[in-house]
Amino acid sequence: MPAVAKQKLAELKRDATEDRLAAMSLPEGAGWAAEARGAALARVREMGLPHPRDEYWKFTRPETLTRAEAPKAALFDGGEPHLFHERDRLHLVFRDGVLDMTASDALTLDGIEIERLSDAMAKDIHWARDVYGVLETNGQNPVQRPLAALNTAYASDGVVIRVTGKPAKPVCLTYLHESEDSDAILHHVVRVEEGAEMTLLETGPAAARFNKVMEVDVADNATFHHVRAQGRDHERRAVTGTFARLGSESTFKSFTMTVNGVLTRNECVIELTGDDAVAHVAGACVGDGDDFHHDDTVFVTHDAVNCESRQVFKKVLRNGATGVFQGKILVKEGAQKTDGYQISQSLLLDDDSQFLAKPELEIYADDVACSHGSTSGAIDETALFYLRSRGVPTAQATDLLVLAFLAEALEEIEDESIAEEMVERLSGWLERRAA
Amino acid sequence: MLQINNLHVKLEEEDKQILKGVDLTVEAGKVHAIMGPNGSGKSTLSYVLSGREGYEVTDGSVSLEGEDVLELEPEERAALGIFLAFQYPIEIPGVGNMTFLRTALNAQRKAKGQEEMSAADFLKLIREKAKDLKIDADMLKRPVNVGFSGGEKKRNEILQMAVLEPKMCILDETDSGLDVDAMKLVADGVNALRSEGRGFLVITHYQRLLDHIVPDVVHIMADGRIVKTGGPELALEVEKNGYGDILAEVA
Ligand SMILES: Nc1ncnc2c1ncn2[C@@H]1O[C@H](COP(=O)(O)OP(=O)(O)O)[C@@H](O)[C@H]1O
Ligand SMILES: [Mg+2]
Repeated sequence: MPAVAKQKLAELKRDATEDRLAAMSLPEGAGWAAEARGAALARVREMGLPHPRDEYWKFTRPETLTRAEAPKAALFDGGEPHLFHERDRLHLVFRDGVLDMTASDALTLDGIEIERLSDAMAKDIHWARDVYGVLETNGQNPVQRPLAALNTAYASDGVVIRVTGKPAKPVCLTYLHESEDSDAILHHVVRVEEGAEMTLLETGPAAARFNKVMEVDVADNATFHHVRAQGRDHERRAVTGTFARLGSESTFKSFTMTVNGVLTRNECVIELTGDDAVAHVAGACVGDGDDFHHDDTVFVTHDAVNCESRQVFKKVLRNGATGVFQGKILVKEGAQKTDGYQISQSLLLDDDSQFLAKPELEIYADDVACSHGSTSGAIDETALFYLRSRGVPTAQATDLLVLAFLAEALEEIEDESIAEEMVERLSGWLERRAA
Repeated sequence: MLQINNLHVKLEEEDKQILKGVDLTVEAGKVHAIMGPNGSGKSTLSYVLSGREGYEVTDGSVSLEGEDVLELEPEERAALGIFLAFQYPIEIPGVGNMTFLRTALNAQRKAKGQEEMSAADFLKLIREKAKDLKIDADMLKRPVNVGFSGGEKKRNEILQMAVLEPKMCILDETDSGLDVDAMKLVADGVNALRSEGRGFLVITHYQRLLDHIVPDVVHIMADGRIVKTGGPELALEVEKNGYGDILAEVA
């Protein structure tokens, strides 16, 4: 880009950023919290909010995520309870991004300490200080994620979880969207201590516009499982950033199911810092209509020996829907015996839908096994005919093949009963859509 | 039961006539066999009967118990009672064999206005049918035909037939790729289904299957037509002398 154009772009970005910042105010907090927020705000100002000319925003238009006012999103009643409702869980309910204490369970569970973010940030001394905004900052390099920094600066709600044991049940966050113009920012901090493990479930659209950051610090030998579903609202927008740091022999597994929503950008930044760690991140997405846009942007850094990472992303797109995948595996010098795998695939149910993929590998170690693949394909007509010849109507046969296509991603869910629940819900949604 | 009149079929993509006037009637309770050299149009006939895309019927008609078949979608033909055991069964990664069978059975029941079968009843049914065909639990769990041997695929076709209980069974070279034991299993499976209300069209290249599934009528197909029709002895003649004599005789 010529210098003049660069200058111009920087000015444009600065103006847009200041417009947004002018409409917001920093929440109150203790000294360390104010410091973290101030630093984040400085980062936002320095980077500027995303612009379509930014390298990692070429496929996804950021305007509706960055502008001061959140676009309205009609409320949606799916006529069914949120996922995971029958599970034994510690349940927390957020209404348009605000924790509803009366609708939630008490914040007590053997093996974990759980607090509201605002409570933690009001304390002068808190362990979260070592994580809040820290993993997000680490994740800003080499690719900038200004909306995550914006989140760190302005988030006033969320949960702060320290896992010290093996809690008997998962923590489940249910995000209700109850106001047409809600603009929610949530920031969660999780630290899984050495040898501890937990499962975090998230379900629901959260708000008309939702900016969520989750920082997960997984200590040596610790395990973190994460499964989320982003609701079924058609008009909602979401940008989420998951930042994980993994100690040696630790495990991090994250799965996301996205159905509907006009705009979703799910970023996941994982840093394997201890030897023999395992990180899996997967997503299944079903999009319908030309206003559907779904973007998975993933960055996995191998900075230790003998670690394994898997990225498995599947998107089913129809009636002009758009899917984006930008996934990178970076293997740093010395990260020998790295086993890195990345697959992104789309099933395009018509010619109007599109899948844009940018798979990247960058490797500075010589003894590694890394593979990546990206494909776009139509429905298998032969399989479709086989099913129909056995009496299965076209729509139902298509649904079966859609589920089969998504299976590889769904299989990444560690807990079989959760995977089953996901598949069941998904088939229900597909079925009703056809009716 | 199945009535095919003067059926002419060409490929949609190319201007190539494949069936050039097939006349055939399969009565309820009867087993008809079609034999013929490779490329004579046997598989094409089976696909056209089951409603596969890519073929254009340029003339003629097909009916099952008086109902016009050619107007119907594949799933409607299935619900009407047409079943094709494929020459090359299709693999469907990601769809479990059991799920496939249950979905098919319940879709057909629904189309006929019957209640769906409960999971427990289905399990009982499938276990019983699978046992007869020596299909183990593992094969039922695996994705449809994925990693199945040639013989397993063919047995799986017969299992589907046994579960769906169609009126008109069409078997396209179900014997190809089978060893003697597997062929016996398949033949037993077919014979068990023989009944008064059910018709069979058994397409085969070789006579040996017909030792086990004894046909009532044998047709010889060549170049898109039925060129000769006779009893089981016609199959033996083919076995002994090949197609050469018969084709020369009708030419
Ligand atoms: N989809 C197709 N494309 C091109 N040729 C075809 C196609 N299907 C059938 N044919 C041709 O039609 C003829 C009959 O084929 P087929 O019905 O498979 O015969 P059979 O089953 O008797 O061996 C062959 O010449 C074959 O090459
Ligand atoms: Mg054939």
